[in-house]
Amino acid sequence: MTFQEIIFWFFSAVLVFAALRVITARNPVHAALFLVLAFCTSAGLWIQLEAEFLGIALILVYVGAVMVLFLFVVMMLDINIERLRQGFWSYLPVGGLVAALLVVEMALVLGGPWFGLGEAPRPAPAPEGYSNTKELGRLIYTDYVYPFELAAVILLVAIVAAIALTLRRRKSSGRQMDVAQQVQVKRADRVRMVSMPAVKEDKVEAKEEGGK
Amino acid sequence: MEYIMPLWPAYPELFLLVMACVILLVDLFVSDDNRIVTYGLTQFTLAGCALLTFFTGNAEPVYTFSGMFVDDLMADALKLATCVAVITVLVYARAYNAARGLFTGEFFTLALFATLGMMVMISANHLLTLYLGLELLSLSLYAMVALQRDSVRATEAAMKYFVLGALASGMLLYGMSMLYGATGTLEITELARLANEGVRAQVVLVFALVFIVAGLGFKLGAVPFHMWVPDVYHGAPTAVTLFIGSAPKFAAFAIVMRLLAQALGAEALTEEWRNMLAVMAVLSLAIGNLTAIMQTNLKRMFAYSTISHMGFLLLGVLSGSIDGYGAGMYYVVVYVLMTLGAFGMILLLARDGFEAEDLDDYKGLNQRNPWYAFLMLLLMFSMAGIPPTVGFYAKLSVLQAVVEIGMWWLAVVAVLFSLIGAFYYLRIVKLMYFDEPADNAPISASGDVRALLSVNGIAVLLLGIAPQPLLVLCIEAVRASI
Repeated sequence: MTFQEIIFWFFSAVLVFAALRVITARNPVHAALFLVLAFCTSAGLWIQLEAEFLGIALILVYVGAVMVLFLFVVMMLDINIERLRQGFWSYLPVGGLVAALLVVEMALVLGGPWFGLGEAPRPAPAPEGYSNTKELGRLIYTDYVYPFELAAVILLVAIVAAIALTLRRRKSSGRQMDVAQQVQVKRADRVRMVSMPAVKEDKVEAKEEGGK
Repeated sequence: MEYIMPLWPAYPELFLLVMACVILLVDLFVSDDNRIVTYGLTQFTLAGCALLTFFTGNAEPVYTFSGMFVDDLMADALKLATCVAVITVLVYARAYNAARGLFTGEFFTLALFATLGMMVMISANHLLTLYLGLELLSLSLYAMVALQRDSVRATEAAMKYFVLGALASGMLLYGMSMLYGATGTLEITELARLANEGVRAQVVLVFALVFIVAGLGFKLGAVPFHMWVPDVYHGAPTAVTLFIGSAPKFAAFAIVMRLLAQALGAEALTEEWRNMLAVMAVLSLAIGNLTAIMQTNLKRMFAYSTISHMGFLLLGVLSGSIDGYGAGMYYVVVYVLMTLGAFGMILLLARDGFEAEDLDDYKGLNQRNPWYAFLMLLLMFSMAGIPPTVGFYAKLSVLQAVVEIGMWWLAVVAVLFSLIGAFYYLRIVKLMYFDEPADNAPISASGDVRALLSVNGIAVLLLGIAPQPLLVLCIEAVRASI
C-alpha cells in the first residue's frame, strides 16, 4: 500500500463516518459541524484527483462562508428535534424496506464491473506549467459560457426571492414626522378660528327626558 | 467568439433576460399606484419574445453555444406557446393579484425568470443546461407560491413543493451523472449517437434511466410521484396555481422529449422506458380520476384532473413513434389551453375576500351570467373529452398512437378511466345549469379579461371542429426535431 492509498482510505473512512453522523446526530449544531468535516475530507479527495482548484474552493466557499453562516442560523433557530422525530418508528418498516431494496439494487449495479479501476485509467500526467485553475477558467468562459451565465441568473432569482419573501417594509407609525415640517408649523395649521353666535344649550337630562 | 456563434438562435432568451433585468430596475422607481407600468413592460417583453421566436424560427435544427443550445422547430413551437400562455396568465391574474397585494414587481420578475427557465429547458441540447433551466424554473415557482407570505396554506404549499422538488432534482441529477459515467458525455445528440451504437455498460444506462424517469415523473406530477400536486395547487394563490398548471407543462414535455425520445431513444432503451411509463400512466389515470371525484374544492379537483391528464400525455410519449410524440405535444397544447380557461374562470369569479374555489360557488352560474356558464361548459366538455370540443381529438390522437404499437389494453384502460373522469366534469355543468345560485354577487371583469376568456373558450370549440392543422403542426414539429 503506497502512501497515497493510505491517505485515500483515511479520507474516505472519515468522509463516510462524518456523512453518517450528519444525519444521525441529535444536535443540529453537531450535524452542521460534521458536515464541515465531510466537506474538508472530500476536498482532500479532490486534491488527490488533481482537481486542486475545486478542492480549495470547497474549503474556502463551503467551509469558510456557507457553513459558518449556516451554523449561525442553526444556533439562532430553536429547532424542536423531538417533534421532527415524531412518527419515525411508525414509518420505519416501510421506509426501511424501500431503502434496503434500493441499496441492494444500487449495489448490484454500482458494484459491477463497470465502475472498477480498469474503467477509469490514470490520465496522462499534465505537462509542466499546467494550471488546473487556468484550464477551468478558460472552459467556463468559452465552452461553458451559457450554463455559467444561467447559473448567475439562478443566483439573481435567489436574491429576488429572498428579498420578496423576507423584506417587511416598516409601517410609519404616524407619530414620526419630518422635523423641518414640525418647525415650520404656523398657527393657522393648528387652530381654526370660527365665528358663531352665542347659543344657550338646554341641560342634557332635560333633553333626554324630552326625547322619551 | 466561435464558442457562442451563431448568436441569433438565442435572441428570444437574450431579449427576455435583458428585459427581465431592466424591469427589475425600473420597478424600483415605480410607486404602488403605477404598478401597471411594470405590468405593461412585462407583457411587452413577452410579446417581443414571442415575435423574436417566430422570426428566428427555422426548420433545420441550429446548434450554438458549443452545442449546448438547439433551436429546432419543436423548440420554436413550444417557446411560442409558452410566451402566449404566460401572457394569458398575467392578463387573467391582474385583478386577482391587485385585490390580494400580489400585484408587485417581484411577481412579474419571477414570472419572467420562470419563463426564461422554461425556454432554456425547451432549447437544451446538453444535460447541464437542461438541469440549470429546470432549477431556474423551479426556484422561481417555489418563490411565487410563497409570495403570499401571511397565508399559512401558501407557505405550507411552498415548503412541500420545495422539499419534494429538491428530491426530484436530486434524482434527475443522479441519473444524469450515471449517464455521464456510462457514456462520457452530457451532450444530448452525442448521447443519442452513443446509445444507438450501444455502449458496453448498458446496465448502467438502464440504471440511469430509472432515476431519470422517476425525476421526470415528479416534475410532471405522475403517480406515484404526485403527492405534491394537490397540496401545491390548493395552497398557492389561484393566480400562481394557474401559472404552475399551464406554461411549465410545455417545458416538462420538452425535457421528456429531449431526455427520453432524443438522448435515450435507442431501440433497446425505448423498450425499457416504455414499460416504466406505462405503469405510471395507468396509475395516474386511475388515481387521478378516482380521487378527483371525492373533491369538493375546485382547485384540488383540477389538481387530480391534471394528474390524470399527465397520464394521457405519458401514453402519447410511450408509443415511441413520431405520431405518438406529435400526439403528446398536441395533448399538452390542448391541455394548457383548457387549464388556462378553467383557472381563468376561477380568477374571474373570485373577488376581494372571496376565492370562488368551492364547487358550491358555481351553483346556478347560468342564471348569473349565461355566457360565462357556456364558456365553462365548453371547457369542462373539452376536459372530459366530449366531441366536438378539442379535448376529444387530443385524447383520440393519443389513443391512436397507443393502438398503433399494439397496446390495446392500455387504450381500453385509458378510455374506461376517462369515462369515470367525465362524471366530475359534468357535475360542474349540472351545478351551473340545474341548481339555484347560492350567491348573487355581480360578476365584474375588465374588458381584456372578458375578451381573452371568450377567445379561450371559443378556441376550445373551434379547434375541436377543425383539429387537423394544429395536430399536423405538432407532428411536423416533432418530425423535424427528433
